[in-house]
Amino acid sequence: MQNFDMGRYHRRRRLSSLLMIGSWCAAVAGLAILGLILFTLFWRGVGGLNLAVFTESTPPPGAAGGLLNAIFGSVMMTVLGTALGTPLGILAGTWMAEYGRNSRLATTIRFINDILLSAPSIVIGLFVYEVMVVTMGHFSAWAGGCALALLVLPVVVRTTEDMLLLVPDGLREAASALGSPRWMVISKVCYRAAKAGMITGVLLAVARVTGETAPLLFTALNNQFMSTDMNAPMANLPVVIFQFALSPYPEWQQLAWTAALLITVTVLILNIVARALSSTRLKKD
Amino acid sequence: MNQVASVATPAPANSITASALRRHTLWDAVLKHGTRSAAITVLLLLGGVIATLVQGSWLSLSTFGPGFLTTEKWNPVSEEFGALAPIYGTLLTSLIAMLIGIPISIGIAIFLTELCPPRLKRAISTAIELLAGIPSIIYGIWGLFVLAPFLQAHVQPLMIEAFAGVPLLGGLFAGPPYGIGIFTAGIILSIMVLPYITSVTRDVFETVPPTLKESAYALGCTTWEVVRKIVLPFTSTGVIGGIMLGLGRALGETMAVTFVIGNAHKIAGSILAPGTTISASIANEFTEAETALYTSSLISLGLLLFLITFTVLAIARLMLLRLQRQAGK
Repeated sequence: MQNFDMGRYHRRRRLSSLLMIGSWCAAVAGLAILGLILFTLFWRGVGGLNLAVFTESTPPPGAAGGLLNAIFGSVMMTVLGTALGTPLGILAGTWMAEYGRNSRLATTIRFINDILLSAPSIVIGLFVYEVMVVTMGHFSAWAGGCALALLVLPVVVRTTEDMLLLVPDGLREAASALGSPRWMVISKVCYRAAKAGMITGVLLAVARVTGETAPLLFTALNNQFMSTDMNAPMANLPVVIFQFALSPYPEWQQLAWTAALLITVTVLILNIVARALSSTRLKKD
Repeated sequence: MNQVASVATPAPANSITASALRRHTLWDAVLKHGTRSAAITVLLLLGGVIATLVQGSWLSLSTFGPGFLTTEKWNPVSEEFGALAPIYGTLLTSLIAMLIGIPISIGIAIFLTELCPPRLKRAISTAIELLAGIPSIIYGIWGLFVLAPFLQAHVQPLMIEAFAGVPLLGGLFAGPPYGIGIFTAGIILSIMVLPYITSVTRDVFETVPPTLKESAYALGCTTWEVVRKIVLPFTSTGVIGGIMLGLGRALGETMAVTFVIGNAHKIAGSILAPGTTISASIANEFTEAETALYTSSLISLGLLLFLITFTVLAIARLMLLRLQRQAGK
């Protein structure tokens, strides 16, 4: 103990401080990037925000216009995707939490679902292209909606299952002891207990597909004009951003930034609402 | 009379009638089988994706054979297609993303679990997770208009200059500063994988029993030594799982990369040069592909991407699953 090596001690302290400063910097850098991205979006996007954005369709090159058709298309396809994906996801998640639990089938599905959750969305686009676009012979908003549904599905399956598993088994047993049949236990007890979490899951899924571009590129394609025909190509914000941002026309680039701002704000609001919902649920517990 | 009626009305509800029993049995069966078939649909979907991609890529795979994987040539006019350049671009951009992303993510996770004042912890975690929520096309447009010009003007010239005479590295950082290219795509990807790796790493760091860390501190370990010798060994499986998850994302990321990669079907020695990735090739060319062979080659690329990411993600999930089982025991 007497020959305590002070030099070595200081070296260890220095190394530690150095790396901890590095870790501070990493955190600051992460936050700075988030701030920088949001700042750029507002800076470049807000300038283009005016009434025309919401009342006019996308313009031909070099002219002024708005994003009405793209906003409409995005909303339609997101609603379609959510409407198709959510019920299926909730049912599948229910089976895994309530009936399957630890069965081999449930474990396999859980694994596959986790893979689908992070599978490249462009591959989902190719799949829907082959199955729907080739079969129907043309691009359509239906195909776009189905591609989005395939992205909604795994998110909803996962959160539904997780949230139902959080419901204490005592509640299920109590309901069964009162003589409730299984379907009532699930629908009147488990679903109610897990409601906030399940809504969070759906909101997160909607947030995820709102900005999805890759699967729409070759399913819904794009449409320069206002179209309400679900059986035809339909404009949507992400593909408009893709097309307009890479164009040489300043008007188009400005619209791309405005569209990017709209999408980001929507997605962030959805994320924050979802988080607020799930945190109030946690507080109640 | 009134009293009698109010006593009499609940009576049927109390006794279970045969029809109610039948109804409940029916509903039970409907729910059980309905949910089960929904669950099986999820399984079938993945099978459907693979089957469809194999079917779609059959033409190109049977035309080019295994040479498809090793040919650099990509010529839509003469209809000669090879996947080597996109594979190279995909792997190289992901490698750059990992080299930059892993240390930063782990740094943030260490910050959140060891250094951060508790009051800020939740806010910073949320902010980092919001990064994951930003759609990839936003990263793309930001990368194209903000990051690429910045790198072109300030970073790439310095890199070219710094490595100019160096034997091996010189070639890696050679050529004019284009701004867009493999390097820029790697940087964008590193920002995008950050939240994924960070949130998994932070979660597994928090599973380390406080007693272990406190014992190490009591023995005189510095914070870094606690992280290096207690936290990291304890959580290595989870951290690698998180990294693989991020890698899976990076490999399959499409829009952000498409904006900044430059879409050049060639393998340049320099990482500053434009290139292409599997997903960017598909996104850029799919709607322009007119012949059956061209389309089929792009679908083969999609199949290839799916197999690569499937493997990486499966390994990631298995590692995280093993960790959960250990924690359960």
